Amino acid sequence: MAGEATRRLGRGGGTALPGLVARTLAPSLVESLASQPGQGLVTVTGTNGKTTTTHLVAAIATAAGMTPLTNRTGSNLERGLVTALVDAAGPDGRIADAASTLGLFEVDEAALPALFPRLRPRVAVFLNLFRDQLDRYGEIDSVASGWARMLDAGAGTPTLVLNADDPSVAALADHARGPVVLFGVEDRSVALTLAEHATDARFCACGARVKHEAVTMGHVGWWRCDACGRSRQAPQVFARRITLSAESSEIEVVSGEEQATLLLPAAGLYSVYNALAAIAAGRALGVPLATSVAAIAAAGPAFGRQERFEVGGRAVRIWLAKNPAGLNEIVRALLAAGRPLQVLAFLNDGIQDGQDVSWIYDADLERLTPRLERLTCAGARADDLALRFHIAGRTPDETIGETGPALDAALAATPEGGTLDIVATYTAMIEVREVVAAHAGERSYWETAR
Amino acid sequence: MTSERPSLGTIRVVSLYDDVMSVYADRGNLLALQHRAAVLGVGVEVTRVSLGDALPVEADLLLIGGGQDREQRRIAEELVTRGPKLRAWAEDDVAMLAVCGGFQLFGHWYRDGQGETLPGAGLFDVTTVAPGPGWARCIGDVLAVSTLDDVGEVVGFENHGGRTYLGPAARPFARVEHGFGNNGADGTEGCVYREAIGTYLHGSVLPKNLPLLDHLIEAALRHRYGADVRIAWEQDLYATRAHHAAAEVARRRAPRFEGVARP
Repeated sequence: MAGEATRRLGRGGGTALPGLVARTLAPSLVESLASQPGQGLVTVTGTNGKTTTTHLVAAIATAAGMTPLTNRTGSNLERGLVTALVDAAGPDGRIADAASTLGLFEVDEAALPALFPRLRPRVAVFLNLFRDQLDRYGEIDSVASGWARMLDAGAGTPTLVLNADDPSVAALADHARGPVVLFGVEDRSVALTLAEHATDARFCACGARVKHEAVTMGHVGWWRCDACGRSRQAPQVFARRITLSAESSEIEVVSGEEQATLLLPAAGLYSVYNALAAIAAGRALGVPLATSVAAIAAAGPAFGRQERFEVGGRAVRIWLAKNPAGLNEIVRALLAAGRPLQVLAFLNDGIQDGQDVSWIYDADLERLTPRLERLTCAGARADDLALRFHIAGRTPDETIGETGPALDAALAATPEGGTLDIVATYTAMIEVREVVAAHAGERSYWETAR
Repeated sequence: MTSERPSLGTIRVVSLYDDVMSVYADRGNLLALQHRAAVLGVGVEVTRVSLGDALPVEADLLLIGGGQDREQRRIAEELVTRGPKLRAWAEDDVAMLAVCGGFQLFGHWYRDGQGETLPGAGLFDVTTVAPGPGWARCIGDVLAVSTLDDVGEVVGFENHGGRTYLGPAARPFARVEHGFGNNGADGTEGCVYREAIGTYLHGSVLPKNLPLLDHLIEAALRHRYGADVRIAWEQDLYATRAHHAAAEVARRRAPRFEGVARP
C-alpha cells in the first residue's frame, strides 16, 4: 500500500498518505469499511487525552477478547482513519476477523461532525473542551455547538460517554438519542485551591454564567447554573478517592454497583480523567470493571505521553503539552514530584502545534518556576518560550533552538541518576522522542506505535 | 511587601473583564506590564473589573482583551452603559490598550454575521462588520510599523472575523507589512485616539513589543503626575530576541500586504 511505499522511501511515517489515496479513489470507503467491525465502533474526542484514552480503551477491549482496530499514531483526521481501515482490510476489501473487531478511533474535535454520520459509532466518548489552537479551530463555542448539531442530526443511537465535570461536554446529554454514561471525580480533596487562569466554558448552554463550587482543572469541576437549573449530574463511573504521587495515582473507582482500586502508572489528575473515561467506555461496551482496571494498570503509556526512557544513566520523561489546560496539568504533575526539576521545554509553531504561540501566556508557569533547578528552552520559538519564563521570574539557563544540541545540553546538565523532564509541543515531541529513543536504542516511532 | 521603593511613582491599572476577555492570552499583557514596570522602577496597582463591578474613580492605564462571541455580547451590553465614563477617561488622556474584541467593542458598533448590530462604547471612531459565512477569518502572523514614532515595528498574531473600518477621527495604530490588519483591504492596523490604542495584535502583544509597552507606561505616568515623564530605555534581551523571532516568522509565512488603498 501507499503507506508501505512512503515508509520505504523514508519520507516520514506514511500514516496519512494511503488514506488520501483511498479517499480519492473510493469516496464511500469509510462507510463500507466502518460498517464491518462486528463489535461496532468507538470514537474518542475532546481537546486533551484523546490518544491516551484510546490507548487505554484498546487495552480494555483486548482484555475483554475484542480485537481493537485503531489509528494509533495520532493521525486523527479523516485520512488517518481511512488509512487504519484500509491497512486492516485485505485485497478483497474485507477486514479479517471482523466479528471480534472493535473499530476504535480518536477523532479530532473539529473533524468529528463530518465523520460521525459516516462512522455511526456504537459508543462516542467526549473527554473535555479546552481552548486549543484557536488559529485552527476557531472559537470553543463553535466546536461545542458543532457537536450538539451533529448529535441532533442523528446517526443511530450511540451510547454517549460524557465527562460530568465539564459543563460544555455534560450538556451533550440533552442531545443524546441513546444511553448516556457519565464519568467524573467525586473526591473533593483534589480540587484546586486557586483558580487557574485558563478557564473556558464560563457560560451555560442557556447563556447565563456557570458557577463552580470547586474545580479540578480549568473549568472542570462541580458546576451549576442558577439561571436554568442545569447542574453537574452524579456520574455512574467515578473516582471516589484519589491519591496522586510523582509517578502514579491510586484511585478507588466505582462503576454502578462495582468497585475496584486502580493503580494507575501515570501522574496527574488529567491521567485520572483519561482512565475514568476509558472505564466508562468499557462499561458502555459491557466490560466488567475488574477487567478494565486490570487492563489499565498493565497498559504502558501512549506514544510520547509520560513515556520514560533511560539515557546514559539518566531517566528521561516526555510530556506532550499543546494548550494551556494541558500544560497546567503537567505543571501540577511535575510539582507533585516534590524535588528540584531539570526541565527541557520545547515550543514549535507548526500547523500541528498551533501557529499562534500566545497560549503560553495562559498557562500558569509562575507556579513551576520556583522549583526549576535547571531550564533549557528549545524549539522553533525557543525565544518566545524563554521570554515567557523570563516574565514568570525564571530566566532560562540556556536557549537552544535545535533539538539535538538542546537535548545534549540538557542531558549533560542532568546529574547521573537524575531525571530530565522534557515538555514539548506536538511536532517537537515527535522530533525529540525520536532522538531520545535512538539514544535508548529504540526504533522509529511508526514502527513502535503500530 | 515590596523590597524596592518605586522611584518613578505608581500607576493605577484597570484590567477590564480579564476573566472573560482573554481568549488569546491577553493576560500576557498584564504580566509583561508588571514585569517591565518593576524593572523600570514603576509601581503598579491593578484593579480587576468584571461584569457588574464598578469602575474605580480614577485610572492611568486600562487594558482590555478579546473574548468569544457569546461572551462579547454580554460585555457589549455593559460597555454601552460604561461608555460615558470610558470616553471621559479617553478625553482625559488615560492610556488604554484594547485588543481584538476589546478594540471592536470600543468602536461605535459591531455588526455580526446575522446582521445584528451591537452598539459599542464609542470611544474609537471605528465600526466593525463580520462579513458572515464564506469569508475567512483573518488569521496569522503580523508585522506592522506603528504610526507612533517611539513604537516603531510591531509584531504579533491576529485572529478575527470582523473587518474594522476607520472613521475620519481615527488614525491607524500601524501600517501592515505582513498580515491582514483591520480589514485586509486598506493596510491599516488598529487605531489611536489620544492615548488610547486599539489593535488586533495579540501574541501577547506587549511582551515582545517593548517600545509599545514603554509608551503605555509613560503615558500612564504622565496621566498620573502630569510632568513630561521620560523612561530611560532599559535593554531586555529576551524581549528583543522574541520580537525578532516573531518578525522573522511573519516575513517568512504571512502574506506581504499588497493592498492599494493607503489612507
